[in-house]
Amino acid sequence: MTLRLTNTSKTFPDGTKALLPTELTVKTGEIVSLLGPSGCGKTTLLRIIAGLETSNAGSEIWFDDDNVTTLPVERRKVGMVFQSYALFPNMSVRANIGYGLKIQKLSKLEIDSRITEVLEMCQLQDFSARAVSQLSGGQRQRVALARAIAPRPRLLLLDEPLSALDAAMRKDLRDELAVLLREFEITAIFVTHDQNEAMAIADRVAVMSDGHIVQIGTPEELYRNPNSAFVAGFVGNAMHLDGKSTGNELILEGGSLKLPSKGAGHNVYVRAEDVHIDDNGSLCGQVETITFLGTHYRVGSRVSCPIC
Amino acid sequence: MLKSKTKILQLFVTLTACAFLFVPMILSLLAGVTSNYFKGVSSGLTLKWVFKVWELYADSIFLSMGLAFACLIVTLIIGLPAAYGLARHPGWLSRLLEEFISLPLAIPGLAIALALLQLYGSLKGFRISWTFILVGHVLYTLPFMVRSILAVLASMDLKTLEEGAASLGASSWQRFRDIVVPNAMPGILAGALTVVTLSIGEFNITWMLHTPYLKTLPVGLADSYASMRLEIASAYTLVFFILIVPLLMAMQWASARAQRITL
Repeated sequence: MTLRLTNTSKTFPDGTKALLPTELTVKTGEIVSLLGPSGCGKTTLLRIIAGLETSNAGSEIWFDDDNVTTLPVERRKVGMVFQSYALFPNMSVRANIGYGLKIQKLSKLEIDSRITEVLEMCQLQDFSARAVSQLSGGQRQRVALARAIAPRPRLLLLDEPLSALDAAMRKDLRDELAVLLREFEITAIFVTHDQNEAMAIADRVAVMSDGHIVQIGTPEELYRNPNSAFVAGFVGNAMHLDGKSTGNELILEGGSLKLPSKGAGHNVYVRAEDVHIDDNGSLCGQVETITFLGTHYRVGSRVSCPIC
Repeated sequence: MLKSKTKILQLFVTLTACAFLFVPMILSLLAGVTSNYFKGVSSGLTLKWVFKVWELYADSIFLSMGLAFACLIVTLIIGLPAAYGLARHPGWLSRLLEEFISLPLAIPGLAIALALLQLYGSLKGFRISWTFILVGHVLYTLPFMVRSILAVLASMDLKTLEEGAASLGASSWQRFRDIVVPNAMPGILAGALTVVTLSIGEFNITWMLHTPYLKTLPVGLADSYASMRLEIASAYTLVFFILIVPLLMAMQWASARAQRITL
């Protein structure tokens, strides 16, 4: 299913502009991540797509050829994984997963076979009779995912699905989630504030700030060609060099740097891996820290010229 | 040495306190099955006073049971949606409403009864009907039902749970039936237990509102102490006790069962 948002915005009753008019298209089977710091509007955007939040007048949300803008969440056929999972404490794992199917009034046979299928996909066979309170964080996350996909939604929405887990588990489950989402072959949008998560899971990442999408592209595009200081700083933590521009050179305390194009500003962002340490370089620096990181060293240096 | 002395003192105080509470109760219950209280237990044990109570006050027993049941139904019908509404829309208005519902607890039952009599006393048919007493009981017990359900609902993230159900296609009624009510069950049962016991034992309001043909258990008890032999009044206490204990146990059992999850 293709998702298309045009002119979609949200102003809260207290006047806060949570989302400025936004355009977004997500193609069939694509996994898009909404990435940004807290308060950037990413969760609001997700909730508008889900139908949990109404958008301002003039907004349009299309699921293929259906205009769903005014449709409530229960009729949009979206699967949703919440940050807190929102599993029903009064139901077992099996009943949680089967709830959406029961609402659809499927036959008991159909419900059973679908539950079994989803349980297997998410490797939850051994836990089907358990109460939600008896599950670990990772298992809960998988149940939430299984429950969301069991009714075969048109679109899967995930709101910070990994943030409730502890750091050690997060990386494993991140890769697991990336594999599962591709197995489901479903159009998915997921919200995160963690750039590693976004890069690892998504086909395309939409970087958001102050209620709008600053840039959208593949992880590599964002990393190689950020369109703003914000994206450069947020994705991959590029180094920021502030100096005086002469037009084709940037003059810094420790020397100068050739600029790639004329008329560039005085703010330059450089990726650490693009820096080569060389005795005859044009920029001097004093090494302050060296950290061994297994596959590489991280060298921290201050741009200045102690010798010259 | 000192330690054991303290222990002995502790034991003494505990036993004295127990005796202070239990001796009158046991004496009262014993009086209900004694042939002649003034002669003492030596006059022999009998069940005739218990039968006499049944003969005289069976109507009161049935009335009280019926009232308690009706009161439970009404407080559920009003209390559950009220608690749900308050839990879903927290804010100063909800807090104010909650306090407002709780007002009858702070006002003496006598005053509530007087207010009801002043307002509805002239409606003859209503005044002499058991539903008039029911209104008093509902006013008095509703806050217990609402608060008990509200406490359970407030302890969970009801909004997100409902959003989860909605995203799976559940309508607002289905969400209420499948998510809200089952998860509120411990609160509903605790509230039900309180409402039933309070309604059966309520005296202040009922005493003001009752008519000679509508005496509840506690009103009948007061009546029997005032106008019957002490043995009958004591046997009455015994009957009261026998009725209420199995009822409480049954409800406790039901509440333990209700907390099971759907497989």
